[in-house]
Formats: sequence, structure tokens, C-alpha cells
Amino acid sequence: MWGTGRSPGDPAVPTGGPARAPVLHRVRDWLSAFVFTVPALTLFGLLVLVPMGYAGYISFFNWGGFGSLTDAVGFDNYTRLFKDPVFLGDLWRGGLLIGLSVVLQLPFALAVAVLLNQKLRGRAVYRMLFFAPYILSEVITGVLFGMIFAPGDGLADKVLDAVGLGGLGGDWFAGRDTVLPTLFLVMTWKYFGFHMMLYLAGLQGIPAVLHEAARIDGAGSWQRFRHITLPLLAPTLRISVFLSVIYAIQLFDMVWVTTAGGPDHASETMAVSMVQYGFKRFQMGYASAISVVMFLISLVFALAYQRFVLRRDTEGAVTTMRANR
Amino acid sequence: MQALGSTSLALSTTSLSRRRLLAASAAAGLGATALSACGSSDSGNSSGKTTVEWWNITTTQPAKKLWAQRAREFEAAHPDVTIKIVTLENEAYKSKMTALTTSGKLPDIYHTWGGGVLKQQIDAGLVEDLTDKVSSWTADYVPASLTAYRFDDRTYAVPFDIGMVGFWYNKALFKKAGIASPPTTWSAYLDAVGALKDAGITPIALAGKEKWPGMYYWAYLSMRVAGLDAMRKAAEDADFTAEGFVTAGQHLKDLVKLNPFQKGFLGAAYSTPSGQAAAMGNGKAAMELMGQWAPVVENDAGKGLGDDLGFFPFPAVEGGKGALTEVFGGGGGHAVRKGAPDAALEFLKFFAEKQFAEKLVKETGLIPVSKGARGALTDPNLTAVSDELNKATGFQLYLDQAYAPAVGQEINDSVAALIAGSKSPEQVTRSVTQVAKSEQS
Repeated sequence: MWGTGRSPGDPAVPTGGPARAPVLHRVRDWLSAFVFTVPALTLFGLLVLVPMGYAGYISFFNWGGFGSLTDAVGFDNYTRLFKDPVFLGDLWRGGLLIGLSVVLQLPFALAVAVLLNQKLRGRAVYRMLFFAPYILSEVITGVLFGMIFAPGDGLADKVLDAVGLGGLGGDWFAGRDTVLPTLFLVMTWKYFGFHMMLYLAGLQGIPAVLHEAARIDGAGSWQRFRHITLPLLAPTLRISVFLSVIYAIQLFDMVWVTTAGGPDHASETMAVSMVQYGFKRFQMGYASAISVVMFLISLVFALAYQRFVLRRDTEGAVTTMRANR
Repeated sequence: MQALGSTSLALSTTSLSRRRLLAASAAAGLGATALSACGSSDSGNSSGKTTVEWWNITTTQPAKKLWAQRAREFEAAHPDVTIKIVTLENEAYKSKMTALTTSGKLPDIYHTWGGGVLKQQIDAGLVEDLTDKVSSWTADYVPASLTAYRFDDRTYAVPFDIGMVGFWYNKALFKKAGIASPPTTWSAYLDAVGALKDAGITPIALAGKEKWPGMYYWAYLSMRVAGLDAMRKAAEDADFTAEGFVTAGQHLKDLVKLNPFQKGFLGAAYSTPSGQAAAMGNGKAAMELMGQWAPVVENDAGKGLGDDLGFFPFPAVEGGKGALTEVFGGGGGHAVRKGAPDAALEFLKFFAEKQFAEKLVKETGLIPVSKGARGALTDPNLTAVSDELNKATGFQLYLDQAYAPAVGQEINDSVAALIAGSKSPEQVTRSVTQVAKSEQS
């Protein structure tokens, strides 16, 4: 880790004796490293590690948010978690949104990216248009679509009525069966542009000569996509899936603004449950337990994904640092 | 093994009640950050001046200006007293007060809604008992206005505002449906809903997304069926499974079965342009169950109904223990910190003087707590509410203030599920009881 350390035999360093020299060096290296990282570590510790550890600690108590922590309940909050139909529903809904993102949203973004990577009149305008929703804040998006999808009076229903498709309109956010698809629609509207940009950047990195060579060899456009574009875009795809999944795990703002988790918990996510229990019911212990489980799910996913999926992409960066020394 | 060990630990600590825990922690002065906020309240400065800190949530005009003026007038009459006003927005105030309660150091005069939160502060020994000090000048107050601040026949705050929930209805739409007079019984009410539906009118506007407007129905039905005593007892015993509560849920289910709410009500908010108040204010629904602020919000979110707007109390339920004259509502009051300077109480008396109370009624739309100020009311809607309050024979404070936050939220949640059709009346009472029991420990 301390790669800049001098070799023990460095003549420029006054040494007390041949045996003690390396120790002194190492101490000094440690010291300078310590001095340089202390501000960052302090902030990280105070603002990230301590609250995280404290949340973990609180999750073993029944605590209303004020007073001291005295009512220790052991793992009760955790056992309650896995008997709570709302929380189990959160897991199911989270999984569903992840599945839909990977199967529908990302392929759609890829298709648009491939399309806009071609020489097309006004493609810069299209790129900008599709990317624009990503710039909006989640809250504004939520308010906007809350109005658009207002049953009966909203823009969506009015437009559908006007073109004679009134039958397709309906409850949108207000129906227990329609709320998740509606939410997914809004998520896709907002985020496919971001993934499209990622893919476009990846596509620009694919040398045109490969396509030219393949074309000369008689490969069709599908073959070129399948055997050149897709494999060379794989690192970008892997990162995009990773971002998409992490987003779905911590999804909060948009749900909170549009439905607050309703109707009847049909669009509630883990983060929404956490806020409901923490700041509406003041069951801080239970809310902390939810946050801990959320953290563990994200952590396990992130580590496993890096270990098994991103390994090739990060080769030579994080994973092999020690070996390179 | 671990789980076993910790369970026994939990058992040993449950004997320490929440309230004593709070008192202990308050005494210990935890939450030091909060201390700095009002630490200066009782420190008179060198010239012998007394400072009274007054925390309120009056952020709207002209009330904010009038309140400040009143404080200046008091200072003019009492040159040795300074009133320091701290005005916070509703939610910010709640969280700030939670911290201050923990620290055991409340402002000299502070806003309170009464109920469970005030009770916690009293149990922690932080609130002055005002019973004997205010009885002389609160004698003509509407009894319902004092209920939320009275515990064991002692009074802990002086109200300045009182309101209640009832049905606001569109007279024109009722007439169109052939309903001669507002229903006074539940079966007549259901008939009226049916008549409105037959006339092609949406009977009720409801904000399903926000849950609390739906809770009002369950709360009122519980008051009418089980009665006020049963509601008090249910909170004390943490047991809401009594038959009255199940029957109340059943009545609500009967209403829901008629499909009386506007299209997409499960996703509707209260005060947004496509919400409950707007549907009512734009004449798209015939009634809503809401507090005395309803006309203002209807005008704000929609067009407003003007003279077509009427008010009637929640109907009585046949065979129930409650009466038509028992009201569900809440208001605002001022509590005084234990050990506050005498000037604090003097100011409250000064604030409550008739001529100023009438001014508040006239200019800020408050419903008077003092019967003497009744004459200042000009708005017919508020007069209707005020008359119901004067007639009231019983009072139930808003459930989210009367009960612990988790219990109030569970009622909101479970009733929302009942209205959405995913919970039975029995399941509602069981869920609420379960949460109440876990909060009691």
C-alpha cells in the first residue's frame, strides 16, 4: 500500500543502525499517510461510519426517538421484519422493479442508443431530449406525473379520451394493480436517457474499423451488433445494470411524492417503510432494523457483483493492487 | 441463544414505564443541543428585566402581525418585561419540541395541541398546573375547548382556538338529489349517499393517499357506536378489540360498499389541485368530512362554493352509545413551563382579554373559545361550527394527538386498508391493538 516508501538501503536517509532502519521508515510512512488521510477519515467516520454503527445499535432497542436507550429487545425487530407483510412486500416489489428495469428499461435504452449512434439528422437534438428528464429532480418528476396521471382529469386520461382510447385510461397511481406499472413507466421516462448516454459513450469507444472489417466480410447488421457491439459494450452494460439495481433498492423520492407508498402499501419500498416507521410512527428501533437490512442487501449485492461480474472490468484496479506491489 | 438472553433483558426493562423513562431522561438533561435554543429564557439581564420566551406556530398573516402587536402592547404596559417571540412552522415546531422535551427545558409559553404529547410533558414534571390561576377568566370558555388540556381535573393550558370535524356539503347538489335536510342518523346518511349516486353525483370526496381524512370516518363511527368512555378506556388498556370498534368498522364498510368516493380517490391528496378539497370546491362531489378549515382550503384549491356550502354534524348511529352532540376535533392552546416567570401567566391573561379575542375572531378567522366573543363571528360557516361546539356534550381530541404516534398512524393505515378493501373490521381492531400493546410496554 505504501508504494512510495524508500528502500532500506537508501543512502540519503540517516539511519540509526542497519536493523532498525526499515522500522523507522515504515513508521514515518505510516505517519505521513495518517496525517494526510486524517481529515477525510474524520469526516467519513463522523458522518458515515458512526451513524451507521449507531443505527445498527438502535436496531436492537425499542426506542421512540427521545429519551435514552433502555428497552433492549435483542433481535425482536429483525424477527418482526420477516413476519411483516409490508416489509416482505417491499422485498417483492423491489425485486419486481429490478427485474422490469433489467428486462425492459435497459434494452430500450440500448436500442435508442444504437439508433442515435448512427448518422441521423438532428441526432444531437434527440440525445438532448431523451437525456433531459434525467436532469429533473425526482420530486419535480413526481409532482409532474402526479398531475399527468390524475384519474379522470389528468393529461393522460384527457389525451387518451381525445384519441378514442379512453378505455386505456384509469386509476394510474390510484389503483392497487396499476400503481407499480405506472411508477415503472415514470422511472423509465426519467432514467432511460441516462443509461442511453452511458451506452452512447460506450459505443463511441468501439473502433469503426471493426464494423468496416465485418461489413467487408459480409456480416449483416444484426451479426455486427451481436458479435462486435454487444461484447465491446459489455463493461458499460455491467455498470449500467449495477446502477439500476442500486437505484431500485434505495428508491424513495419519487414514490414518496407520487403515492407515499399507497394505495394500501401497493407501491411501498424499503426506504418508504423506513421513513413511515421512523418518522411517522417514531418506532426508531424498527426503522433502524429496516435501514440495516437495506444496507446489508446493498452491500452483499455490491460486493458479489464486483467479485463475480465486474471482476474483468476492474482487473488491475482494486482487486490486484496487492499483487502488483 | 442470543435471542433468548435478550428477551429476558427486555422483560426486565419493561417494568420501567415510558413515562418514567421520559421523566428520568428529562431530569438528566439529555439532548444538550436543544439546550442552547432556549437557554436564555429565564435569565433576566442586569437591569432587572424579565424575558418571557413565547413559542408559537402562527406563521400566517394577519395573525402573526396581530400576535406580535399584542406582545408589544404588553411590554408597553410592563416596562420590566420583554416578550421574545419564536415562530416556527408546524412540523419544525413538532420536532424541535421533541428535542426540548427530552432536554427538560421548555419555553416559558409554548403552543400545545394537548392530548398525549402534553401528557408526556406533564408526567415529566415540565408543565405548570394552571387550574387555580386561570379559573377566574376561563369560566365562560366553551367546555369542549378545554378538554384536550385537562388531565385528572387539572388544567395545563389555555386554549385560544377550537375547531371540530363535520360534514361540509353542497346544498345545490343535495337539492338536486332530492335530499330535503341533512341526515341525522347513519341509515338516513347511507340513503342520502344512495340518492346522490342515483342522481349521478359523486357523493363524497376523499383523499385516500393521505389516510387521515379516511380515519375521521372510523373515529366518528367509533365515537357514535362505542362511545367516548370506550375510546378513553381503549387507549388506557391498549385494547381496541371491543365490539363497538368492530361494529364501527362494519358501518364504514357498509358505506364503502356503496362506492361513494370520487374516481381515483385512493391516490388523491387533500389540498392539491386534483385532491379532495378541490373536488368539493369545484362542485364535483357533494360532501366531505373535514375540520373547520375546509371552506378556506376549498376556496384555495378549487373555486369555492360560497353560499351553497353547508355544515352538519356527523350523524348518530342507531343503537350506539354516542350522541349526535359529541364532537371530534382539536384546537390550539398555550402551556406554561414549570418555573416560568409570573409575567408569562400575566401575558396569557392579557392575550385572552375580550377585546383582543374578538379582534382575532374578526380578522384571522379563529373560532372563539370564549362564549363572550361569539358575537364577533360573521362568517356563517364558522358560526355553524361554533354553534355545534357550544352545544357539544362530549369531546374527543384528534386521535393522532390523543394517542401515541405509532397508534395514531396504525389507525390511519388500517382504516385506509379497510377502505381499500384489504382489511376486515376485525383485522383493523386487531392491528391497532397489537401496536397499542407494543407501545405501552
